Amino acid sequence: MTENNNDVWVFIEQRDGKAADVSFELLCKGRKLAEAMQSRLVAIVMGHDVASIAAETFDYGADEAILISDPALEHYRTGPYERQVVELVRDRRPRIALFGATIIGRDLAPRIASATQSGLTADCTDLQIADVVYLRQTFSRLLLQIRPAFGGNIIATIITPDTHTQMATVREGVMELLPVEHPRQTLITSVEYKPDPTDALVTIIERHREESKNNLKGAPIVVAGGYGLGTKDNFRLIHELAKVLGAEVAGTRAAVDAGFVPSERQVGQTGLTIRPKLYIAIGISGAIQHRAGMQESNKIVAINVDPEAPIFDVAHYGIVGDAMDVIPKLIEAYKSRLK
Amino acid sequence: MLHSIVLVKQVPDTANISGKVMNDDGTVNRSKLPAVLNSEDRTALELALQIRDRFGGRITVLSMGPPRASDVLRECLYMGADAACLVSDRKFAGADTLATSYVLSRAVRKLAPYDLVFAGRQAIDGDTAQVGPQTAEKLGITQITYTQSILDINAGMITAKRRIDGGYEVLQARLPTLLTVIKGAAQPRPFSAKRLMAFKNARTLIDLEKLVEDNSLLYLDKLVEECQKHNLYIDTFTADELDIQPERCGLKGSPTRVYKIDSVVLAGRDKQNIEPSRDGLAGLVDALVRDHILG
Repeated sequence: MTENNNDVWVFIEQRDGKAADVSFELLCKGRKLAEAMQSRLVAIVMGHDVASIAAETFDYGADEAILISDPALEHYRTGPYERQVVELVRDRRPRIALFGATIIGRDLAPRIASATQSGLTADCTDLQIADVVYLRQTFSRLLLQIRPAFGGNIIATIITPDTHTQMATVREGVMELLPVEHPRQTLITSVEYKPDPTDALVTIIERHREESKNNLKGAPIVVAGGYGLGTKDNFRLIHELAKVLGAEVAGTRAAVDAGFVPSERQVGQTGLTIRPKLYIAIGISGAIQHRAGMQESNKIVAINVDPEAPIFDVAHYGIVGDAMDVIPKLIEAYKSRLK
Repeated sequence: MLHSIVLVKQVPDTANISGKVMNDDGTVNRSKLPAVLNSEDRTALELALQIRDRFGGRITVLSMGPPRASDVLRECLYMGADAACLVSDRKFAGADTLATSYVLSRAVRKLAPYDLVFAGRQAIDGDTAQVGPQTAEKLGITQITYTQSILDINAGMITAKRRIDGGYEVLQARLPTLLTVIKGAAQPRPFSAKRLMAFKNARTLIDLEKLVEDNSLLYLDKLVEECQKHNLYIDTFTADELDIQPERCGLKGSPTRVYKIDSVVLAGRDKQNIEPSRDGLAGLVDALVRDHILG
């Protein structure tokens, strides 16, 4: 085992040879953490023919990319990926390792944490470096892992003071994507893939995936409806308003559960996190789980019959009224303004 | 015979928070929340039951928790589990996912041989989805997370469909393996009235110890024997019986520590109220166009 170091690692997730957005978002956050710790940012890139992804990581602030490229790694599989990352962690002893809270990240990170006896915090909404006094002991430059807990009713700050490698997962869209102006070195370290007989224990016999059909993630305007709309028929007004405004449609978890809107359009803690220029929340009470996915929006307009609805606490413009009445008027107002 | 072990957790019902459980300062009083069987664990048990219906075998449900977790184990028996097992010890208190998975892996080994381990994808009180994969790692077995359905079990192999980001994949895995199950994989069956009558008196060792404490005419050994005879005994393991290293369980074995807890306080914004009238809404549209947000 080599000596401990202070590197910040980001596992770069790829699907069909394309890097996941969340991985680059994490690099941007990792850059800040590495600066606060005066250490290096390292990207771990695995897949088949993924040298171009390794090169891309420098645009988001990586100092080094560790590249493991092999046909056996083309599609993510728990066993081979776990084995390779665990070996790297044991060899190089990073101080921080970050993963996207995606299906792949949530499959892989716990196994690595378990194998290396590291602390792991899921679904962090913020990460910071700070000196910490815990149980009368001082720890310098610890990773503060901040996440909502208990159904979103509290915000917990988690630390892992006693393990060298501090691990966390973060959901897509939570960290901002800010490419660096002047990429640093372009040090790519290739590591050879070592096959193992256990790789054959699980095989992929069929695989089907497509890129997300909707443009919700990058949409400048989003019109979102909640359970308060009452029926799927009423939800049509959301679509109508979105069409007029050139916006994307979104919904709360309750609206998804009620069948008003498909699950890939769910905004909130268990759905997408977005920050559009304009977010219009209609018939949405504003539970913290939903707010977690939209409160960073540039401008928020809330329409709700209940003047006490918590959504008004994060709104810039509040309209107390029945959606069935307000939406047609809003459409009319917009159309006449365009004339 | 196919042996499935289903990991279940008793959780505070965070999905149904009502005014009754709120403190005056707007925070949640956790001790007042009802304790329920975690919903995706119930789905996992249902999937295991369906596998037993199709391929035969037996099912053991396993939970780590305080003594009152025997409530959810009884529920699992009402649904159709063949046996239940509670792992409970003060030494386990304060465990994070790593320490929890260590104890669970020791208990699963104790229940060996097994072919399948089932777990819900995640528990609603933590939403971490970590205990399943970490238990699999500690057992040294493979895993299929985010399982949507089981297509076949044949010749020591399982074929299962799982969700991936943007689609699905079908995996074939050699047994034993651990599956984590997502909501929607199966519709949990209701309790069987017959089983409810049969198992409502199923008791853990801790339940029986309490009975004995309260009544000097009862003897523990006899009670256990009696329960076992009628298939009403819920196996109960403490740290000693699981051959556990004390430094790897409970708070001691948990690398993650809660440093700080903040209650969520809504940060009020300088909100502008808009009248739901034609003029009011026209004003809103004007303001948004002026700020280059609309138009």
